[in-house]
Amino acid sequence: MSAGGDSTMAPIGNGDRVALLEFRDVNTHYGAVHILKDVNLAIYPGELVCLLGGNASGKTTTLKTLLGMVVPTSGDVVLNGEVVNNKPISYRVENGVTMVPENRRLFKRLTVKENLVLGAYLRSDRDGIEADLQHVFELFPRVEERLSQKAGTLSGGEQQMVAIGRALMSRPTVLLMDEPSMGLAPALVQQNFDLIQQINEEGMAVFMVEQNANMALSIADRGWVLQTGMVVLDDSAESLLANPEMRAAYLGET
Amino acid sequence: MSATMTSSSAPSSRSGYRAPVADQDWRNVGKWGGLCTLALVLVSLIGMPVGLDRRILIHPVLSLGYLSLLWIPLVLGFVVSRHVELEGVESPEPGGRDLLAGALTGLLGGFGMAVFIVALDTFNLRDPLVNWSPQLLELLNYGRGLGFGVVAWIAACSVLGLLGSSIHVIPAGVRRVVSYGAFGLLGIAVLEGAIADLSEGFGLQSLTDSIYANRGGVTVVWSIVLVVIIGVVSMLTRGRFKAAKANYGELQGPERKRASMILFLLVALLTIILPLFLGTIMNELLANVGLFLLLALGLNIVVGLAGILDLGYVAFFAVGGYTTAVLTSPDSPFFAPEMHFAITLVIVVVFAGLVGLIIGAPVIRMRGDYLAIVTLGFGEIIRLLFMSDWLKPYFGGAQGITNVPGVDLGFVTIKGTDPRSVFYLVLVFCALAIYISWRLQASRLGRAWMAIREDEKVAEAMGINTVNAKLLAFVVGAVLASFSGAILVAKVGSVFPNSFMILVSIIILVVVIVGGMGNIAGVLVGSFVLIGVLGGPRQPGLLHEFQSFKLLIYGALLVFMMLQRPEGLVPSARRSQELHQEEFLQDVWLKGEEHEGEEHEEELHAAEASGAEGHEGSGA
Repeated sequence: MSAGGDSTMAPIGNGDRVALLEFRDVNTHYGAVHILKDVNLAIYPGELVCLLGGNASGKTTTLKTLLGMVVPTSGDVVLNGEVVNNKPISYRVENGVTMVPENRRLFKRLTVKENLVLGAYLRSDRDGIEADLQHVFELFPRVEERLSQKAGTLSGGEQQMVAIGRALMSRPTVLLMDEPSMGLAPALVQQNFDLIQQINEEGMAVFMVEQNANMALSIADRGWVLQTGMVVLDDSAESLLANPEMRAAYLGET
Repeated sequence: MSATMTSSSAPSSRSGYRAPVADQDWRNVGKWGGLCTLALVLVSLIGMPVGLDRRILIHPVLSLGYLSLLWIPLVLGFVVSRHVELEGVESPEPGGRDLLAGALTGLLGGFGMAVFIVALDTFNLRDPLVNWSPQLLELLNYGRGLGFGVVAWIAACSVLGLLGSSIHVIPAGVRRVVSYGAFGLLGIAVLEGAIADLSEGFGLQSLTDSIYANRGGVTVVWSIVLVVIIGVVSMLTRGRFKAAKANYGELQGPERKRASMILFLLVALLTIILPLFLGTIMNELLANVGLFLLLALGLNIVVGLAGILDLGYVAFFAVGGYTTAVLTSPDSPFFAPEMHFAITLVIVVVFAGLVGLIIGAPVIRMRGDYLAIVTLGFGEIIRLLFMSDWLKPYFGGAQGITNVPGVDLGFVTIKGTDPRSVFYLVLVFCALAIYISWRLQASRLGRAWMAIREDEKVAEAMGINTVNAKLLAFVVGAVLASFSGAILVAKVGSVFPNSFMILVSIIILVVVIVGGMGNIAGVLVGSFVLIGVLGGPRQPGLLHEFQSFKLLIYGALLVFMMLQRPEGLVPSARRSQELHQEEFLQDVWLKGEEHEGEEHEEELHAAEASGAEGHEGSGA
């Protein structure tokens, strides 16, 4: 494949802006198994980027490493210009990184409100939390209606709203989304991507890991393709969509 | 046992169609009838009827021994004829078909019992079955010969089965009065000890002397009077309680606060004043309930809130007990500073917290089953350490440490010989524990615990330091248990390793589960019902006759609760909704189709009927 390991650190169209969140030659291992191999990524303010790749290509590990659930064996994770390799998850959440987990994974037996408030667990500014709650209700009026209902009783689409709302409650600057369209009814997938786009238009950087490459690239600015732990393509969304290798491998075309 | 609980969901709108009487679900009847036989024979063979025959409930007619058998056909008759009530699905109106099903179930049980009695008379299987005894035969025959016994059991079981099923058929109002009367009388009979004790304190001894016969048990005349009184009262107060509750629920803001305050003060006043009127035995019982309540509240934080299934909880109970014994007893073998209880408590807290950390640190990283097994191991290790020869010079080995003084408060010494004072001491700590639990539940930490219980990985992703939060839950639970241990030792005056068997952990867990996990009120009710009525691992409860069957009943109760009411006796609204919603939805979905079929049939019937009418009409 073309871009290979020599992907440069000058992503398309970002001039010399400072990256919010960055991977610099990151390697990770689970025991002896080498997962990520010299991965370089950079997420800039306000971007909507996506990471594509097949099964076991290291997508979820990338997310976990960004959030701090996995510590890289070499290389650096850089948040706002600071190396945060050994900082705990709480530090990264406080500094603007939040994840929307795969399959939403709400706290099912807690109410919607409790779920949302838990998103702001590390914050202590009551007024700010209240304001952000209102903001979530503006984004998702449905959520306000369901406030005292248990999260497990919501429909899939509503759960996705609460999951995103919960993530927004920590006032992130980068939203990491793990397979946001997984497990949603086809009709909801489009709605879900619209939602992501809407949040992105408010100025939040979104980094999503997706299997649904076509959809993801249609709203993303840039994308990476990960294969067996290596970044094999790093390009703008349009170029990726146009790339014949890409189309063959991930978009199901021959 | 659960008869009224489940029957309370009376159909609000009766659908009006009746199923034909002979249209029985024979398999179902056979199944429950067989179960009825099995249960009757099992209860007989474990020796319950003979063992409990001495405790008389209603003077000459009913003893606890007979009751241990007779409830079975009654309840199974109720169960076999129960319809699942589903929203949006009509079920046939209860009627003759259900009565027949109940009676048949009872009849099968009665037949089984008759065969059992004959077998009891003919064979001698006393060798493997200890309770296969002439006394049992005598008891089952009512002392009137084999023939009488056979006929009596068949008849009694059929009638009881019929009665059980008739609960569905009689109108809701009558059912209410009858069930209140029956359960009220049962309560009065079972709580004889407590009631007699209480009335003695209030100087009403003459009243209880007339209610209860000399050998125990409510007299027949009084039974009727009491049932009538309770029935009338229940009729008069019908709906009032519910209305009051609804009113309370509707109150808002300061008014509600005031109402809660008054309610709280009333309960507090009652708990403080009541023991003054109670005798030694009842106070002893209350003190035991308090000790276990303290333990259960602690475990409730660990299991109910943080979701850590700790099966070795008794370890902290032991640490509290031994620390107190070593520090206060002059007979402590190695180090005997003879400190005051108050100072000891501070050290107990520190020790228990430390042990909580030491045990918690390795354990907390495990999950689910692994964690449960490892804590189980630690619980035993602590007991075995206290028991060991290695630590005998410090803790006295199996002989333990004796001569632990009571708590000297200057004006009074709290000792086991004065259980009332122990109760007040326990009360203070329970109040403290309830306050702590209540505040923690609503706090940020409480929310973090609940999040961890729900989904640890996501909780971590929210920025919650899961290891610290879980350790903290462990430590808070450990400290509450150690208080209980300290008070127990001061009360008993000695400490032995065998007071801290694994059974204690299990029983506390059962208290928490049966009461309602993650719910303070549930834990309160659970302690009163289980420890107060049935008794703790070594402490007798109100039904001290059940001593030898206690574990069996604990086990049966646990199985029953897990199957029928996993949210506990006093569920938090949250748990019950979530636990039953799913099965409910499934039921509607499953039965929906079946019902559509029925409806279709009904239409056909209706069409036929009208057709026939039309035919007749034209013929005339």
